[in-house]
Amino acid sequence: MNSILNHVPIEYYLGLAAILFTIGVLGVLFRRNAIIIFMCIELMLNAVNLLLTAFSTLHGDAGGQVMVFFIMAVAAAEVAVGLAILVMIYNNVRTVDINVMNKLKW
Amino acid sequence: MVLATLSVFSALMVVLSKKPVHSVLYLIFCFFTIGGHYLLLNAQFLFAVHIIVYAGAIMVLFLFSLMFINMNKESEPHKSNLLKVAATLVAGCLLLVLVSTVTDTGGSLPAPSSESQIGTVSNLGKALYGDYVLPFEITSILLLAAMVGAVMLGKKNIE
Repeated sequence: MNSILNHVPIEYYLGLAAILFTIGVLGVLFRRNAIIIFMCIELMLNAVNLLLTAFSTLHGDAGGQVMVFFIMAVAAAEVAVGLAILVMIYNNVRTVDINVMNKLKW
Repeated sequence: MVLATLSVFSALMVVLSKKPVHSVLYLIFCFFTIGGHYLLLNAQFLFAVHIIVYAGAIMVLFLFSLMFINMNKESEPHKSNLLKVAATLVAGCLLLVLVSTVTDTGGSLPAPSSESQIGTVSNLGKALYGDYVLPFEITSILLLAAMVGAVMLGKKNIE
């Protein structure tokens, strides 16, 4: 099994990360539900994490994986604060549709 | 590879499924497949952290707030078709640009060896508490600030 796994080229990881990132962007553009937009942002973060890990393993450098660890911590903090804000907004305007939240737009 | 196909499929379902709860469940599946990729890259520490943080903490948070907001129904009015086409077009262009830059770099790199020992817990621990000890501590302050901020936002009425 290891002999197969050893020959997964880095280009495949690049392609997979690109596809996942694009799906995340598509979701952000496509949906109007703010929670799903948050999930798509998580998807994009994960694509970048996967790429960092692949290159870190490729170069034998632990720095990339440490960076992934920090990105995960920042993502956790971001989701906690963001969901708190969303619940707060829902309590005030009874919706999470992003087209309703246009008070800061102009 | 099967795992890659599964992650792309579940990521697509996150975007396309109508009910938000289904989206969350597909997202959990997608995170597990990405964890599988970490294991293939022999990054065991990252695999453990990924499962704990994403599949454990973040997904529980998402599900909890979804239940709290209680919109299991398809209340979402959909965007106009023009906007959908535009969004798909923009995403397709982005994918094209990314893939073409990847292919144009030329010069094939060697495959990442799955026997690399860089991702083991002991190696990463040494890096984390050796070279990267200051960012590590700053991260803890960031998490504390986020926790305090979430509690502040969650309070009913702040005078």
